[in-house]
This record gives sequence, C-alpha cells and structure tokens, in this order.
Amino acid sequence: MKIVYADSLVIGGGLAGLRAAIATRQRGFDTIVLSLIPAKRSHSSAAQGGMQASLAAAIKGEGDNEDVHFADTVRGSDWGCDQTVARMFVNTAPKAARELAMWGVPWSRVKKGPRQAVINAERVTIVEKDDAHGYITGRDFGGTKKWRTCYTADGTGHTMLYAMDNKTIECGIPVHERKEALALIHDGHTCYGAVVRDLITGELIAYLAKATTIATGGYGRLYAITTNAVVSDGIGCALALETGVAPLGNMEAVQFHPTAIVPAGILTTEGCRGDGGLLKDVDGYRFMPDYEPEKKELASRDVVSRRMTEHMRKGKGVPSPYGPHLWLDITLLGKEHIDKNLREVKEICQYFLGIDPVKDYIPVRPTQHYSMGGVRTQLNGESPALRGLFAVGEASCWDMHGFNRLGGNSVAETVVAGMIVGEYIADYCESAALDIPTSVARSFVDRENARINELIGSRAGGNDIYDLKNAMQEIMMDKVGIFRNGPDLQKAVEQLKVLLVRSRNISMRNKTRSSNPELVEAIRVPKMIKLALCVAYGALQRTESRGAHSREDHPERNDRDWLNRTLAYWKNEKDELPALEYEPLDVMRMEIPPGSRGYGAAKIIPHPDSEKRTQEIEEITKSLPGANRFQIQKALMPYEVPEKYKGKNERVGVGHE
Amino acid sequence: MSTKNRGRTLKFHIFRYNPQVEGDRPRMQAFEVEEIPQMTIFIALNQIREKLDRSLQFDFVCRAGICGSCAMIINGRPNLACRTLTSTFKKPQITLMPLPAFELIGDLSVDTGKFNRALSERIGTWVHIGKAQPKDLSRLEETMEPDLADEIYELDRCIECGCCISACGTKRMRSDFLGAMGFMKIARFELDPRDKRTDAEWYEVIGNDEGVFGCMSLMGCEDFCPKDLPHQTKIAYLRRKMIGTALAKK
Repeated sequence: MKIVYADSLVIGGGLAGLRAAIATRQRGFDTIVLSLIPAKRSHSSAAQGGMQASLAAAIKGEGDNEDVHFADTVRGSDWGCDQTVARMFVNTAPKAARELAMWGVPWSRVKKGPRQAVINAERVTIVEKDDAHGYITGRDFGGTKKWRTCYTADGTGHTMLYAMDNKTIECGIPVHERKEALALIHDGHTCYGAVVRDLITGELIAYLAKATTIATGGYGRLYAITTNAVVSDGIGCALALETGVAPLGNMEAVQFHPTAIVPAGILTTEGCRGDGGLLKDVDGYRFMPDYEPEKKELASRDVVSRRMTEHMRKGKGVPSPYGPHLWLDITLLGKEHIDKNLREVKEICQYFLGIDPVKDYIPVRPTQHYSMGGVRTQLNGESPALRGLFAVGEASCWDMHGFNRLGGNSVAETVVAGMIVGEYIADYCESAALDIPTSVARSFVDRENARINELIGSRAGGNDIYDLKNAMQEIMMDKVGIFRNGPDLQKAVEQLKVLLVRSRNISMRNKTRSSNPELVEAIRVPKMIKLALCVAYGALQRTESRGAHSREDHPERNDRDWLNRTLAYWKNEKDELPALEYEPLDVMRMEIPPGSRGYGAAKIIPHPDSEKRTQEIEEITKSLPGANRFQIQKALMPYEVPEKYKGKNERVGVGHE
Repeated sequence: MSTKNRGRTLKFHIFRYNPQVEGDRPRMQAFEVEEIPQMTIFIALNQIREKLDRSLQFDFVCRAGICGSCAMIINGRPNLACRTLTSTFKKPQITLMPLPAFELIGDLSVDTGKFNRALSERIGTWVHIGKAQPKDLSRLEETMEPDLADEIYELDRCIECGCCISACGTKRMRSDFLGAMGFMKIARFELDPRDKRTDAEWYEVIGNDEGVFGCMSLMGCEDFCPKDLPHQTKIAYLRRKMIGTALAKK
C-alpha cells in the first residue's frame, strides 16, 4: 500500500482550498493539495462579476460597512443563514480583498471625477471623490444596498484564482493533479485522510493527514443544465456523506441564476444587470419593474429567477427549439463599457451564440448555478461529527448563505473561509498527533480496491452508468427545479431510489484499470445519486418556501415550523434514503430577527420568538447610550475570528470607524 | 438560431494512443456523429465517448472558454475545443490532435499542468515584494492608478491553455525556450508596481536565447491566442528593454 503523509490534506484546488492550504503552510505545516485538474483550471475561474467586500471607496458605496453587508447577507439568505458566520464573514471580506491586492489581483480602481453610468435604464453621471482615487472600486449587484462588488472587468474569478495559485506556488505547496479522492479514511470519530485514485495510472494511494479539508465546490452537475463546470459534481460532499457519521446541511437549497445563455447554459454575469442591463420579454417589454418595483432586475437571484419563470409561464417567453427564454439587453451600456467591463460576456456571445451583445439581445433563462448546501460544519469549519474533517467554500455548509446566496458573496466566501477556517485547521494540526493505525487505512484501501475490481470484472446485462447519470440529471431538472411541489418531489424521490438500486449493478464496456473515463463515472455517479436524493428528499420534507427553495403548494415562509437547517446522514451503505434531522436556528441569539426581505413579496408565518427578540434588541440598544456600532453589535451577538483578523477595517474618509 | 446545418453527418478523425496500455500504438480513428444545432466539439466528443468509445480521453472543465483545459489541434490549428462550433467547418471532416510540445497523457489529453507549474517556478509568477513588509490587512490598501490596473488586467488574462506554445516554431526546435506564455507573464509582472524585481533581475531570466533573444518572430503565438493577448507587442517590448539593460551593463 502506497502511503503519502501530510499534516494538512486539502481536497480541491479552487480558491477556497488553495487559501486554506496557504494558511496551514504559512503556519509551518506540511500541506498537500489534491486536485482533479490543474488548480488554475478550477471552477473558481468562471466567477465573472466579482467579490463583495465593504470597502466603500466608490461614491455609490459611500456609507457601506460590515453592518450593511451583514444585513444584506441575512436578508438574501431569507433568514436561513448562521448569523454568527455571516458576521465573521463580513468582518473579514475587506481584509480578503486587500490581501488579494497585495498578492497581485489588479482590482479595478476608483477614478476621480465624473463618469457615465446606467442606472434604472437612465444614463446618469456619477462623480467619484478625489480622495478615493486609486482605491479598489465596487459595482452594483443583486440584493445589495451599496455598490460593493469588487471586480476585474468580468474576469474576477480568473484573476483571483491566478493570484491565489501563484501564491500557492510561491509557498512551495505541492498540488497533486489528476488525483481523485474515493473515500475518507476514518474510524467513526476522527478523519485520518483519504483513499485517492491516480486518474492516469489508476493506482490507489492512501493519503494520511492530521487534518483533511474538503474544498471540492458545488453539486451543480446533478442537473442536466447548469452553469457549473463539469467537475462540479459534489463528490467532496458525497465523501463526507458516505462516512455515515458526517452530516450534510441544507442540500435542498439550490440556486438558479437568472441569466445563463440558451441552450449552452453558460453564465453571463450578474454584473450585466448590476451595470444597468435589463430583462425583456417576447414583446421587448421590460417586465421586472411590474413584479419588483423596488429592486427590479436587481432583486436577489432566487426572486429574479422565479419572476422570470412566472413571466414565461404567462406565455411571454421567446420561443426557441430549446424551449422558451427571455432577453438580456445590455445594448444600452454601449460598446466601450461592454468591451472593457463585460468582455467575457461578449466573447461567450460571439463564440456560442454568434451574436454581438453591443447590438443584439442575449437569450437567457434561469439555470442551476450554486449549491448553498454542503458538508455541515461548526463555526471553525470542522464537521460536528468527525474530528479532523474540515470543509470550506461551496462544498461546505458553514452557512453564511442560508437558502439563497447573494451574487458576489461566493468568491468572497471562498477566500474568507480559507483565511478563517485555514487558521483553525492550523490550530488543529498544532494540537493533534499524526497517530493513525495503518490497519484502518488498509481496510479502506482494500474496500475501494474491491469495488473497482467488481466494476472492472462486471459482466454484461447490468446497468449502463451513462444511462443512470442522464436519468438522474433529467429527474432533477424536471422535478427538483425552481418551483417545486409535493407530488413531483415524491415522484423524484421514488425514481432516484430506483436509480440508486440500479447503480449497484453496473456493466462496464471499458475494463481498463488505468485512465478510464467510464470507470470514473461508474465511481462517481452512485455517489451523485445519493446527493440527488438528499436534495430531493430534503425538498420534499421542507413544506415551506424559503430563499431558493420554493414550494408551490407551500408558498409561505414558515418561521414557526421551519426556521431550521436540514441535516442529511447516510447511515448505512445499503440505505435507499438519507436520514434527515433538523438543527433549529435560535431566534433569541440573532442580531436581526426574521422579518421581510423588502423584495420577492411572500407571506411569512412568524416565529413566536421574533417579536420577543426584537424587543430585547431594542432594550439592549437603549441600555447602551452613546455606544458605537461595534459595542452595540458585540452586545447583541458576540462572535470570534482568529486573532490576526480582528482589526477594525479602515475606509476612505472615515478611518477605522 | 442557425439550423441550416441540421442533418449533416460529421466525420471526426481523432488521434488515439494510450501510453498506459502496453502495446498500444499511436493511430487515427474515425467516428461519425449527427450534427445538431449549436454543436460544439465539447458536445461532439462527449457524444462519441458516451455512445461509441468509452475509452476516449480528453479534457474539459468550464466548457465556456474560460479555464483553458481543452486546447487541441483542430483541423491543423490550435484552439479551444469547447467554444468551437462544428458549424464553422464548411466540410464535415474534423481532425483532432493533441497539443504538441506537451507530455501526452492519452488521446487528446496532455499534461499542461506540469508544464505550467514548472514555468511558474522558473520565472516566479508571483508578486515579489522585495524588502517590503506585508501590509496590515485592516489598513487601506495601496492605491493604484485606475488605468494601470486595467492595463495589468489586460496582460493577466492568459488562461495557460498552451495554444501559443504549440504554435511556436522556436519552442518546437528548442525545448528550453520560454515561449509566449512566459513572456506575457513577465510583461505582466514587470508592469506591476507591486513587484519590485529590477530590469537586471529580469535580464537574468530572459536576457538569453532561451528567453526573448531566441524568438524567431514567427508569431504563431499572436495568431492563435484565444484571448487575443498582445504577444507581438510585448515580446518586442521585452526585447528592447533587455537590449537596453544589456547595454547599460557594459
């Protein structure tokens, strides 16, 4: 048995994984990153529009701070997030943007004086402050009160990932490419690493480590049409699930992005609308103000996606061979702006649609985009059930997004979680001994080897893995999409159960043990079907509508019965359904008790504690006359971050206020 | 939406060789695929793998022209396969070869990762802050002229796909030649005021035949860069700068 040892093993080489790896390496721990692909090719690179950080240098960001960013994030989550985590996040996001500036990200900067912009379909002149000249600027995004999204044109994920991977290389962190983790090595209490398959030679290797971190991104590929990269198949989440002890959180919380192109499903950034782009229907009519008079095209993503779907159901979609779609109109932004700030969008339109968005409308439709759910963690990023198992970024349910993530908060989370959780992983490495019985590792390697032998030796007459995958993706599209209802979800669960059973009897055409794309699918797809069941079954059980989870048969947000987080366990390998448990969110500890989001008008069944907590907050605030915002915040909901990130953030013109 | 090509049968001629399988020999293999509207080579290759040959190796990640995984030689020219529509070929014959100048993994898959990491380590593709101390993250960041930030971004758009390397005549003759990807990265960090490396230090890296003086100016890099990066201008710029540095040294 080949064994590789490390202090810190990070599975996944996107922004979150790399930043966590840098944290443990900088604290002196032997760190290895595993990746399916070269790290710079990770799906983080596809983030276009930007990262939210309340730097407040741009004039339209004036008055922004952690408190405003916090409130936007909580509202965006439809009160489903962990508010403590959201606080840890908003405190650290400005530091993350500034750290990346030091590491080379060429953030777009404030240019003093007047400039033209498009706001609510009007050309307006914005005058930037002299003293803000040269500081990092921000653009408008959905669901935010201020222009807070830092960017480099519409290639933000690319520049962030390149800076991060370059830092990784500077730190001398090895990235073991074309390696796939098949199972976590654990004893039911502690995680000791992973069984890993070399995708070229087929060799199985035991990677043993004090701390194992899952940073494998989201599970968009459970759906037939998604903006996600082909590697976003949720396998990291499945690794945790298959331990039988580590829970996944809120797997039913799946985001649909309003503007992916039709039919390819490739993203066009929210920056299109943030910069002034409009949504139009078959008649060329701008319909969003009718539905959302306040935020219009810039309500949160879940709301805009639902409104678009509603409008298409009224017959206002544009017919196409691939079903109806709507138009995204950015022609009003002008050639100069598009060439400079939306050039990836322009390229995508040219290559995949053969159109020029300077002159032509872009055909778009809401498309699966983001996974709010993932490996459930505590505040320190560690699994509540397995010591030494951590998760960061989209793969995790650290839970700053609740049931809907705001645009720009995803790449921001990757880096911030990498910074914060990375320190906690290093703390764990400091305290833990690398004390792993090789017999445990052996048994896991043997088990995975036996599974592969079974697949390679499979006889004809079994199921085809591609058939199962296609069927799963269609079920998720048709029955677990933007609008959900009980009967369809029930059908989805039953059909997925059948697929799961069938996935236990696979026939392979290609029986090569080394590099073999079919074998890769045969290993992954049964894991993906388990995740699909977590999503569908969780959605079936959650009889309310919250954020991106929208039940036509239960349209109200039910704080009374459902202000909680779903935990999904897969207790026995032979089970056909996850076991669901629920973790309540404590209103009495919230800084902002549940209320209206201010967009996406929905009925709310209130939580009995909401009013009580609101009063309590008023009393606490009154009892602190003359206190500053930090003191009040601390009295309402104290939180901790690692020492090095505790400093108050400085802003242009207001200092460290 | 164009449907004029509906119904064509495309014939793909694909390079096959799996070095992992003992006794396997490089060869070309033909596959037929029914063309559908807006079909890309990404879609076609996945169909071939699913329906016709489960062993076919190729690399796609973002399938949106962003990540740089899928560069290959398409009818003789290096390009990103994911954003190449089959309808752009008048004749229904499409020949696919792996990128030359990179280690072959199998069929159309090459090891760009190993190459790119080595290149990064060779020229230090990160901001060298020199003797400066890392800044306190709660303090305001350093300012930068907005136009300069935009200019750096222009040079930072390389996706390391390898098209420039495989299109480079010099690289094919001289394996230690840095290549356009390396020059573009140097131009990017040389422009960045946060990087404190001096011209003399850059000269040590590229002031030789493996560096800018080896370039034969065939400009395959400029012709085939999928991101339209200004290779020609930047190589010329670095060359002038290095000549100046060399003369100043004497």
